[in-house]
Amino acid sequence: MTTTTAEIGEHAREEIPVGGNYLNQGKGIKSWLFTLDHKRIGLMYLISGLTMFFIGGMLAIVIRTQLLVPNGLIFHGSYEAYKHYNQVFTLHGIIMVFMVLVPIPPGALGNFVLPLMIGAKDVAFPRLNLLSYYLYVTGAIMAVVSTLLGAVDTGWTFYTPFSIQTETYVVWMLLGIFLLGFSSILTGLNFIVTIHKLRAPGMKWFRMPVFVWASYATSIIQVAATPVLGVTLLLLVAERVMGVGIFNSALGGDPVLFQDFFWFYSHPAVYIMILPAMGIVGEIITVFSRKPIFGYKFIVMSSLAIALIGFVVWGHHLFVNGQSAEWDAIFSFMTFFVAVPSAVKVFNWLATMYKGAISLSTPMLYALSFIVLFTIGGFTGVILGALATNVVLHDTYFVVAHFHYVMMGGTIIAFIGGLHYWWPKIFGKMYNETLGRITCVMLFIGINLTFFPQFIVGAEGMPRRYATYLPQYQPYMIASTVGAYIQLAAFLLMAGYLVHSLVRGKKAPANPWGASTLDWSMASPPTTGNFDEMPVVTRGPYHYDDMEYDGRLGGFVHVEPVPALAGAGVGH
Amino acid sequence: MSENAGATLTLSSPEEMAGRHLAHHFDTPQQQFDSGKLGMWLFLGTEFLLFSGLFCAYAVYRMLHPEIFLYASRYLDPVSGALCTLVLVTSGFTMAWAIRCAQLGKRTGLIIALLLTIAGGFGFLAIHGYEYFEEYQQHLMWGTNYHPAVTAPQQQVVVAKAMATAGNWHQLDQLGKQGYLVAHSNIAPAAIGPAGPALVQRPAASVTAAPVAAVADQPHNVQIFFGIYFLMTGLHSIHVIVGIILLTYLLVRAIRKDFGPGYYAPVDFIGLYWGVVDMIWMFLFPLLYLIR
Repeated sequence: MTTTTAEIGEHAREEIPVGGNYLNQGKGIKSWLFTLDHKRIGLMYLISGLTMFFIGGMLAIVIRTQLLVPNGLIFHGSYEAYKHYNQVFTLHGIIMVFMVLVPIPPGALGNFVLPLMIGAKDVAFPRLNLLSYYLYVTGAIMAVVSTLLGAVDTGWTFYTPFSIQTETYVVWMLLGIFLLGFSSILTGLNFIVTIHKLRAPGMKWFRMPVFVWASYATSIIQVAATPVLGVTLLLLVAERVMGVGIFNSALGGDPVLFQDFFWFYSHPAVYIMILPAMGIVGEIITVFSRKPIFGYKFIVMSSLAIALIGFVVWGHHLFVNGQSAEWDAIFSFMTFFVAVPSAVKVFNWLATMYKGAISLSTPMLYALSFIVLFTIGGFTGVILGALATNVVLHDTYFVVAHFHYVMMGGTIIAFIGGLHYWWPKIFGKMYNETLGRITCVMLFIGINLTFFPQFIVGAEGMPRRYATYLPQYQPYMIASTVGAYIQLAAFLLMAGYLVHSLVRGKKAPANPWGASTLDWSMASPPTTGNFDEMPVVTRGPYHYDDMEYDGRLGGFVHVEPVPALAGAGVGH
Repeated sequence: MSENAGATLTLSSPEEMAGRHLAHHFDTPQQQFDSGKLGMWLFLGTEFLLFSGLFCAYAVYRMLHPEIFLYASRYLDPVSGALCTLVLVTSGFTMAWAIRCAQLGKRTGLIIALLLTIAGGFGFLAIHGYEYFEEYQQHLMWGTNYHPAVTAPQQQVVVAKAMATAGNWHQLDQLGKQGYLVAHSNIAPAAIGPAGPALVQRPAASVTAAPVAAVADQPHNVQIFFGIYFLMTGLHSIHVIVGIILLTYLLVRAIRKDFGPGYYAPVDFIGLYWGVVDMIWMFLFPLLYLIR
């Protein structure tokens, strides 16, 4: 831990403390609340996001419990009761989409890892980064307030005209989500500038790790799509507060225009959710296969392709909502195109593993689960993108199952995998590997048990968002609920061993997995200044020849690549 | 900035000034400036996208209902709109002047240019606010609040029905273009959309109604135009207000002698923002005021 002040220059505004790490350099609550350090902000995002994930998850448990019996176990018998059910699934959707899936992978892992990966001392605009975080917190608080005043019951999509008519506190919720969107824009903007301007010497574009590329693609969508959501929500607020009439057919407006606007953001938004996950999976697979990633440029380009194609497919949400047949056909065609870059990624991951020295550590198990679950979710997405099948399956549980395979089985699983992967770097502690693997298997079983039966009932015609259902679906619904309980148990177990690792965990070495990206080149956890001396990059991100496992450290160390010893390394 | 001894600050060289404002995570002032500029451009891109939803709504409704836009834009005063444009363009010029002064380290010029720019912002708000006030008085409001007064000031009443039955569309159209108000028709108000005063209207534009009704009655759903008008200009005015606040912040810092050849990034970036606010108005003015 040599001093970092010399290289920062004599004009530095803040002296960076020497010794220790970012967690203990700067004490007291104020040093956290007003921190400009991307790692601390990332950590605060992580804690807030996991809190919201817990709330959203418990709402999901309520939904699954309700659906144990055909008439509803919790809410049944009255209009009010069914309205409460609507409120529960609406809040589940809003919390999970706007407060977990969109902001947390970039906000928590992206914030922490991205500057480390490109060899930067921080993101380009640290104050803006903190502002993003507080906008996120404020938006989340407004959502909670609206819930206490009168929880929204529109579904997370806020379709008009119901969202204009319902007596619940839609405006509060919309303004909260507006702030969340603003937070998302600023994060994306910050990352784009960071990647453009703050790369270490020698860190050329095609030397950046795939997670950085995935974050770059994500940021483009965040910056280019979220403003449209912002204005759409403002228009809906104006509709409710002032009666402007743009989306209100009673005043000559067009409700379908709302759907177009909404999905112009919200379809690209699902790529905001999945792209960082794909980046995480790419990092994990190359490290735990001890092989450079296969088809690096294809993986990079497919991220950008997904980001761009994602902008021209929103109409596939409106196939049965009064869109013209021509547009239906065009949007269906464009939707199929998304499958191409997605498949490119999956094939490249598989090719990376081929003949690799695969170690089935916890992060790798999550990455493998991701590949399986995401493939199921992706293929059913193609089914839904096809016009003829979509008309039948529209608004059934088939859609719910597809979406949850991609979001739960894709984004959340990859995020949890990334959390385990970078846990030693973030906290400097190792977790219990055995429990980690058991939890991953439990989650894999739980997710499949929860969502696969929903494909079947959906194909048989069970509509989504209903509080009750026909008795013939009950066996599937019971299986689904049992799966949800298994997931709950897995997450509680995970919370247990992760907290335990913070208290009692073994100290983590600098590089426990033998990764070759820059984020593993400093001590765990890093110091506030990130790098003791500025790294100079001379080659691509993935190379495993010059690394050797050191049993005393419990981690990997660099060895000089002497040709005679090349065979002695773990990789080759 | 912690030591605010103004006298010593003015003596500092550009390099010292740049170094004092260099944040810890940048290597050079140039890198910091370039990052800020890229970030600002991205932000301004999101500003355009924020407005793009409204422009899109405008395009959709104008394509579907051109008659509403033709009819309703006659209520807006192009002279006052042109005045707004003139004031904003002038303030854009003074803003560019301010940036140049900051780059050259001319503090007095910077302060004067910023004051003029702020004055331009307030001037725009005053003219546009007066327009809003007039529209409020005439109940030319959005959606449910659209209940226009039957006789608008400065408009003469002519008998449309006779001319319409005579088939003299050209003459009617000319009268309408001169801003004549046509007598209220005896046809019942539209089923949807509040009724208002009747204006001359080409029959081809309103296909659902009978020819006479089309002449004498206003098109349905005129309030859609006013909804879009108030949302677009309102959002723009909010941006002008934010701009004035930012310019005031610059003014305070300029008086404190913060800017010079070594450090003028805030002036440059806020100047870009002000340029975008100008530019959006350049689109709003013809789209809303100059439809005829």
